[in-house]
Order: sequence, then C-alpha cells, then structure tokens
Amino acid sequence: MADTYVRMERVSKRFGDSVAVNNVSLDIHKGEIFCLLGGSGCGKTTLLRMLAGFEQPTSGAIYIDGQDLAGIPPYERPVNMMFQSYALFPHMSVHANVSFGLEQEGLARAEIRRRVAEILDIVKLGEYAQRKPHQLSGGQRQRVALARSLVKRPKLLLLDEPLGALDRKLREHTQFELISIQERLGVTCVVVTHDQEEAMTLATRVGVMNRGEIVQVGTPREIYEFPSTRFVADFIGSVNLFAGRLTEDEPDHVRVSCGELPAPVFIDHGMSAPPAADCWVAIRPEKIDLTRTAPAQTDNWAHGVIINIAYLGDMSVYLVRLAGGREVRITQTNRTRKPEEQFKWDESVYLSWDASSPVVGVG
Amino acid sequence: MSTRAPRWGRALVGAVPLGWLLLFFMVPFIIVFGISFSQAQLSIPPYAPLWEWVEGQVLALRLHFANYAFLFTDALYISSYLYSLKVAAVSTVLCLLLGYPMAYGMARAAPATRSLLLMLVILPFWTSFLLRVYAWIGLLKNNGVINNVLMSLGVIHHPIVMMQTDFAVYIGIVYSYLPFMILPLYSNLEKHERTLLEAAADLGARPWKAFVRITLPLSRPGIIAGALLVFIPAVGEYVIPSLLGRTDQLMIGRVLSDEFFENRDWPVASAVAIAMLLLLVVPIVIFQRYQSRTLVHR
Repeated sequence: MADTYVRMERVSKRFGDSVAVNNVSLDIHKGEIFCLLGGSGCGKTTLLRMLAGFEQPTSGAIYIDGQDLAGIPPYERPVNMMFQSYALFPHMSVHANVSFGLEQEGLARAEIRRRVAEILDIVKLGEYAQRKPHQLSGGQRQRVALARSLVKRPKLLLLDEPLGALDRKLREHTQFELISIQERLGVTCVVVTHDQEEAMTLATRVGVMNRGEIVQVGTPREIYEFPSTRFVADFIGSVNLFAGRLTEDEPDHVRVSCGELPAPVFIDHGMSAPPAADCWVAIRPEKIDLTRTAPAQTDNWAHGVIINIAYLGDMSVYLVRLAGGREVRITQTNRTRKPEEQFKWDESVYLSWDASSPVVGVG
Repeated sequence: MSTRAPRWGRALVGAVPLGWLLLFFMVPFIIVFGISFSQAQLSIPPYAPLWEWVEGQVLALRLHFANYAFLFTDALYISSYLYSLKVAAVSTVLCLLLGYPMAYGMARAAPATRSLLLMLVILPFWTSFLLRVYAWIGLLKNNGVINNVLMSLGVIHHPIVMMQTDFAVYIGIVYSYLPFMILPLYSNLEKHERTLLEAAADLGARPWKAFVRITLPLSRPGIIAGALLVFIPAVGEYVIPSLLGRTDQLMIGRVLSDEFFENRDWPVASAVAIAMLLLLVVPIVIFQRYQSRTLVHR
C-alpha cells in the first residue's frame, strides 16, 4: 500500500444553510493522480478550493505531507493549481506567466530563467516564450497553465477540469501527454472533473462524489465494474438497472427475480442481505449478448424487439423493448462487415449475459 | 448585390460622428484659428477680416502672427499656462489617489451594493455644477462651516484662510472631477477576472504583490482614460478658480475669458485658445502613438 501524502479528516464546508462538502475523509497517495468525479454542485470544486486554500473548511482538517494546512493562506501552501479557465495573466508573456511564481520565491534570475526554460521545454512551448496568451491556441494556453503550475515543483498539483476547454481530438492527445509529464515529474495530482472519460483515463484512483459526500473510492476499473451503490452504477457509464427481490442467497451465488425480466438473474457470488430483501441489479450494455436464437440457459436471459439502432462506427447501440415494455440498452462491437451479422430494426432478439456480469446491491 | 446595403449602412454609421465633429468641432476650430491670425479693431465683429478684395481684383490675405508672439512677450500668459498645467496635474494625481480605492471598492462590492454606489457617484450631477462650487464657498470661507465648527470645538482660535488659495482650487477641482476618474476606473476594474488574483495567490504572491503585478497593470487603460478626462478639462477650468482661487495668479481659462469679454481682443483670445489646444493635443497624440506601439509589441 502506498503511503498517504494528502489526508483529509472529516472535512465539511457549509455556505450558510447549504452543505457543499459533508464529512469527507480521504487519503491520497504520493505520486498518484486522484480524480474527484461528480456532477455539478456535488462539492468537488469546493473540496479542491479547500486544498488550494481559497476556502477554509468549516470543520475537519487537511494535511499535506504531515503538515496541517489550517490557517495557511494560499500563497504559503506547497500547492499549485491549474485553473479551469487557465487564469493566465493576459498582460504578461508566456515566459513572464511561468516565471511569476518563481519570482515570488525570490530565486536568482539565472535560476528562474533556467527552470522556466526547462518546464517550457517539457510542455513543448520553448519557442512561444515571448508570445502573449491571446496569441496562443487553446491547447497552447492549457500547456502554459500547466507549466506555470508545475514550475514551482509543488507537493500537490490541483487540476480543475484540465481538459474541459479542449476539443475532442486535442483532449485525447493532451490526456496522455499530461500523464507522461506527471509520471516524469512524479508530482501528486488531484483532478476535479465531471467527465468520466477524463477521470477514467487520467486517474490512478477515482473518488465519486454526490451531494457533498464521497460515495466510492477505487481504481477506474473498480468503480466501473464493481460500483458499490446504485448511484455510482448509474452515474458511471451507462447501465441497465432493474429493481428486484432476492430469492436465493447462498455463499457462492444469489438469485434475483426482477419483475421486468422473464427469467431470474443469477449472480456468481454471495451477498450479505436479509432474505427476500429488495435489491437492484445493474447490467452494463456491453456485457449483454444479442442472438437470434434462444440461449440454452434458464437464468440470465430476456426476449424483445429492436426498436432503435445507433450506428457509431466501431460499435452499435441497440435499444430492445422487452415483453413488459421495459427498454434495455445493448452495445455490440461491429467486428465484421458481413451484412447477415447486422441486426435490423423490429427484429426479434434474445438477450443473455454471463453470471459474473450483473452487479447486485441493496438500497 | 448582398454587400451593397451593409457597405452603405456602414458608411452612414461612420458619417454621423464624422459630421458631428466636422460641424461642432472642426468648423468652430477653423473660425477661431482664423481669428487668431487677424487684427483687433473697433468694429462688429471686433477684428479685421483675414482677406479682402483690393480694388475688386486682387484677393489680399493678411495674416498677423503678432498675436502668438504677444503670448511670449507678456509673462502673464506663460505663468498662467504653467500654473494651469500644475493645478491640472496635481488635481489629476489627487483624483487618482482618491478615486482608485473608491472604484476598486465598488468593483469588489456585492452586485446589489454596486449599483447603489454607482448611483451615489453620479448623484452630484443632478444638481447644478455652479451651485455645488458655491456650496464650497460656504464651507471654506472664514466664517464658513468648517472654520465655525473647528473654532467652536476649540481646535483653532483664528479662522484658517482657505478661500482664494491653491488649496481651495484643488478641493473644488478634485471634488468636481472625481466622478470622471471613478467611472472609467470602475468600468475597467469591474471586468477583471477574480481568478487572476487567485492564480497570483496560488503562485505565492501576497495580496499587495498581486495587486501591484496584476490588478494595477491591467487597470492601466482605466487610469489613462480617467486621467485624461480629469486633466484636459481641468487645464481650461474657469469657474472653479474664479470662485475659489487666487486673485494674484490666474489660470489660463480665466485669462482667455478676460481677453474675450473684458479686453474684447478676440484675436489674442483666439491665439490663447489655440495655444492651449496645442499644449494639450500634442502631448496626448504623442502619448497615444506610444501607447498603440507598445500594444502592437505585446
């Protein structure tokens, strides 16, 4: 287990009557990229601003590298932030923007020049040093902002929606560039984002936030494949959620009967819940198989009619209406170009899935 | 076809301010400029025509440069010019020192408070400018409000002479022109992104340092606009120094009006006016040229 570098202990923040952050405890490891993921108003930005020192927690404590940050103003924290709007100083050149932070430390001119040149080199902006921010493209501005926050070698780097303002192609490119720079410099990062794709690709671990609380912390794979709550299952990716009732609860499997499905859902692990408890079952669209013939199994299947197809190139999204009227979302990769393998509108199809695929939970 | 109408419309839009300037600035300027080269005489109008037909055949043009030369021979004019520039410069600096914190406070206030403060700044314009300057006489004179209060409190035993001093002129000008400094500064400061100061703090700059490095340079256009709006009218100010100011040292606006109305020497008065204009326009044009050049280089 990696060592804890940033620790939040029962941190809460209230603005008047509303609770922005509610009793959050969180450990962030040295050198990792930790993503705070959540919808707007979930408290993720407030949490970030408390780390930067722009907001003070109403209660609780924040430690970085063992140092209690209470009462330390932003300009004395070993923390730097890359702002969502970049907040580049418009009247200063790229070089002046990046050297600003070092000048505040009172470093020698030669040292400042060396470190600015070094970081501009890393973000590949060496030849743009004399440009003003308004003479740069969006992607270049983003890199200036990154360089400016990295040049002080902070113990903790905060990134507020770092890729939000970039177009799709540039995002993907920048995403990987960001990771490689982070690995090279070994800086610990906290990223705030509402974009799960951004969180998934950047993060070592993700903390999913809802209504001021952290509802699940885990690797991108963990929160996608093993969501601990109905909210996380629904929030991350797309999912088919069914309400059901436990009919069998054995150590090695459970069976759930869902009113909207013709057959029971069989799941290959046990759970601890009261007998016959109400529960939810979540099945990801890509984990459902579409076939024209009925599957052999007695559990884990359904039957319906394709009512909508979205062709996305690499894959297709099918909307299937079951006998009871429930619509289920299924994605299939388009592995061949054979026309006979393509499903068509109004086609009658069978749905089936593996016993390891559904996620089951109570409450 | 499609570009015709917009082009025509654009020309019209440009023609309105151009026509306005031509009619109300350029034409009077040319008239005054012409008069400044003429010669005073007892007639209506009280100056000799610039040109006339000699024997109905030759157009004779008579330009007198003596009016301008006269400005340099009489010490009154030069000292009035210098005094006007000094009063205007000091007043501008005082307006900036007072107006900047006020504009900054307004820009940082809550939106609801902001519009209230803005109205308070504009409020004095609702009463007559002349009345407000007269009110200062009531405050500043020997048995005025300020002296009476100080004497009744026992702070002073003899009234402080404030009327007919430079002090009174500065009070009058700063008081009257402060809104012209505050408004452009406020409209500039209000647009500043708050996150820039957060970024500066995040990078290790204390609040004061962030102000000097970020807010102040970014408010430069507001400072320049405010300074010009105060300085230019203050140089030619007539009412305030006449009512509150010294009698032994006149400002150029007063000299100008005396030449027109007391001496009825329109040509010299016109020369005074043209000289004042050059005195103001030349440095401003040079300054703006420099401004736009630094903007290009950025």
